[in-house]
Amino acid sequence: MSKVLAWTAIVLGCIYFILPMIGMAEFSLSMRRGVYSLDAYRVVLADPVFQATFGYSVVMALVTIAFGVLLVVPTAYWVQLKLPEMRPVVEFITLLPLVIPAIVIVFGYIRLYNTSSWLPLTGTVMGTNLLLMFGYTMLAMPYMYRAVDTGLRSIDVATLTEAAQSLGAGWVRIVMTIILPNVLGAVLSGAFLTFAIVIGEFTMAAILDRPAFGPYMQLLGANRAYEPAALAVIAFAITWACMGLIQMVSKLFKHKRAQS
Amino acid sequence: MAGFSVLQARAARWVGLLPFLLFTGLFLILPTLYIVVGAFRTPTGGFTFENIINLNTPTIRSAYWVSLKISFMSALLGCIIGFAMAAAVTLGGVSRRVKNPLLTFSGVASNFAGVPLAFAFIATIGPAGLITMYLRTEFGINLRLYGWNLLSSTGLIITYLFFQIPLMILIITPALEGLKREWREAADILGATRLQYWRMVAFPILFPSILGTMALLFANAFGAVATAIALTGPSLNIAPILLYAQIRGDVLGSPNLGYALAFGMIVITGLANTLYIVLRLRAERWLK
Amino acid sequence: MAFLEISNLEKSFGTNRVVKDFNLSIDQGEFVSLLGPSGCGKTTVLRMVGGFETPSGGTITIDDVDVNGLRPNQRNIGMVFQAYALFPNLTVAQNVAFGLKVAGVDKAQTRDRVREMLELIGLSDLGGRYPFQLSGGQQQRVALARALAVRPKVLLLDEPLSALDAKIRASLRREIREIQQRLAITTIFVTHDQEEALSMSDRVVVMTGGMADQIGTPYQIYNQPTTRFVAGFVGTLNTFDATVTDPATGVVQIGETSVVLNRAVPALKGAAVTLAMRPESATLGAGQDGDLILKGKITEVQFQGAIIRITADVGGQQLTLDQFNRAGSPPPAIGAETSISLPASSLVVLVA
Repeated sequence: MSKVLAWTAIVLGCIYFILPMIGMAEFSLSMRRGVYSLDAYRVVLADPVFQATFGYSVVMALVTIAFGVLLVVPTAYWVQLKLPEMRPVVEFITLLPLVIPAIVIVFGYIRLYNTSSWLPLTGTVMGTNLLLMFGYTMLAMPYMYRAVDTGLRSIDVATLTEAAQSLGAGWVRIVMTIILPNVLGAVLSGAFLTFAIVIGEFTMAAILDRPAFGPYMQLLGANRAYEPAALAVIAFAITWACMGLIQMVSKLFKHKRAQS
Repeated sequence: MAGFSVLQARAARWVGLLPFLLFTGLFLILPTLYIVVGAFRTPTGGFTFENIINLNTPTIRSAYWVSLKISFMSALLGCIIGFAMAAAVTLGGVSRRVKNPLLTFSGVASNFAGVPLAFAFIATIGPAGLITMYLRTEFGINLRLYGWNLLSSTGLIITYLFFQIPLMILIITPALEGLKREWREAADILGATRLQYWRMVAFPILFPSILGTMALLFANAFGAVATAIALTGPSLNIAPILLYAQIRGDVLGSPNLGYALAFGMIVITGLANTLYIVLRLRAERWLK
Repeated sequence: MAFLEISNLEKSFGTNRVVKDFNLSIDQGEFVSLLGPSGCGKTTVLRMVGGFETPSGGTITIDDVDVNGLRPNQRNIGMVFQAYALFPNLTVAQNVAFGLKVAGVDKAQTRDRVREMLELIGLSDLGGRYPFQLSGGQQQRVALARALAVRPKVLLLDEPLSALDAKIRASLRREIREIQQRLAITTIFVTHDQEEALSMSDRVVVMTGGMADQIGTPYQIYNQPTTRFVAGFVGTLNTFDATVTDPATGVVQIGETSVVLNRAVPALKGAAVTLAMRPESATLGAGQDGDLILKGKITEVQFQGAIIRITADVGGQQLTLDQFNRAGSPPPAIGAETSISLPASSLVVLVA
């Protein structure tokens, strides 16, 4: 491909991507008539509903990450160690959330786990929160599992386990003190990605009627003009930060491994 | 005694997988199956095809059709533009200092979907957006007169490209990098022009990956809800929004119709993803 | 003028001079190997002939045409790559037909030519297979057929056997040489394996540091090395440090033994020189009349089957000699005192 053509493609592409970002940034600064100001941000950040929903989503994200790590790391470890023939099946399952739209999954939740079912999760607030967290875990699972699985494959799981067992360690200790620290890079990458996904998630939270950041943004967008743009900038910044942290973490842990 | 311990050993192996199977079973597979089964059930519990047949109303047909159109167009355009950009950075002789930031940005942009994305586009080319106003005040061009409306299916396609293009770039870049230099040189010394090389060797090799990724992009767009709702409100008649409205308030008048709608969506995204997997496997077999 | 003429070829990457003043004339139908360790520039020279690298200086002429401005697809040269480089989306037959298709040859002629080439490489039944279904050796043969199908003027081979295992390498080596001779096509073969270079070539170019150290027939390269590098790189070599006692008659001192070479030595009296000798030139025992006799003590005996490799300590320096296995006479014992004889002419003087 000639250099001219290449640069044209890149420049045109960049224009497409930069314009919306400029647009949302500019709009977010235009609340006060005639002058650029941070008024939109001030209004948004001071809004108690913003603080409540953002806080809710952050907490949900952290809980989802914790639960996801607790579920995925031992599972990936176990599959590699004891059930390698199940790997294709497990991988297939972890990729299902990419095939089945979130809206279908959450639809299934409210039909299956409503008040008249055998597991009435939607009957209580805590139950619904739990259900939402499970849904988030499902959404993040493809990425989390792939990251951890790749991380595990780069260390010799079988040998490390045998060494630990011969020194008397039990399963929990092995996972917590030997496996987890060695896949920390992968786990952190998965964690940051989960964070980005949960913070902006809309569909599940809206249908389960929980006060999350996503539905809050949508509501604000329907009623206000400038604040949504400020929210968009904040959301983009968070996504960017998460991706940046992932890159940093992978570089950091690559060096660590190289040193040994 | 020996038989027992063998059985026990085998069972013990599966214990470690139990939490995962339990969890995904309860919160991924069971809900989906429930929907699928529900699509074929009457309100009283009997088996029927009626729900599926009742999908054949103008509203629902139109919803699916518009969804298919939007998904296809955003996938096609995402494919073409994404391919062009990926080819530009891998084969175009552009320095590494452009390639890596582009890939990083693609990682960010492919995750920047949903409500904030809609806001960004509304702020840019919406009715009162930056570009819209700029064109009107500086050049006197009123986009609306040209039939432009962001809050439409065309607007949705353009908005979806923001995460479709980066996704294409991320997936196709490894495939492009997998084009061995020796193939190019072998074709060269056998007399082929650059065009002939692309037509006879490179493109056929890349084709399964490109088509497969397009299928993936298609499925991606088909299931997307948040961006559409935030952009056009719950009024644009596409399948996911119709399902959303149905879940929240049974707008279609028959509760089981929701199951059928969801089932239809699963079938479409399932087919698209199967196509992707099949083509990926085929491509990998060639490049062994 | 020779068929392929390379004059004063230079190539630099930035400040790094990778090929320095390389000169080579190749006749029509000749098989020339470029032999050398990695980084010596042999592949770069090949790629410049092929047109994949632009020379920083010098000229390349093929059949009286200066190819410098020509792109690879204009040079009518065939190339076989180390990694085979078969097009994975095309069958064997389609791969072989590629050059013909590009040139616009009609279908019937293409088909015949492809059949001819597949017969040549002995894979007539595999026309419909894809590269991933073939072994490494088969893929390389197809690559050869593909390169030859368009009747190129010159055939270039870039370490084509390096990726194959030893047994295949040996048989393919023979096959390539046979085909090359049958078609009488001018060939340049790049390799780091001296066995390949010596057994296949009409002439060998030993390269190091971007330059041609010596150009000659395999016999010349092996028995009459002109530089220390060539002597050391090709085959096993015994080297002795010696001091020149009399340059005119060639009397040198190896440790405590005085050796008369009966020829002039290009060094001053008292200068330090290196004597080199091939292991197969020496024998245990008295040897022929007029041979030099050295006394030594056997330190190592390696029974390698047809060859027995014996190492002895001669005046503080190691000497390795090879002798054929004889069913009647067992190998000598370690520690035995022995005399070693070698003809004076087998000692090559390398100026240090």
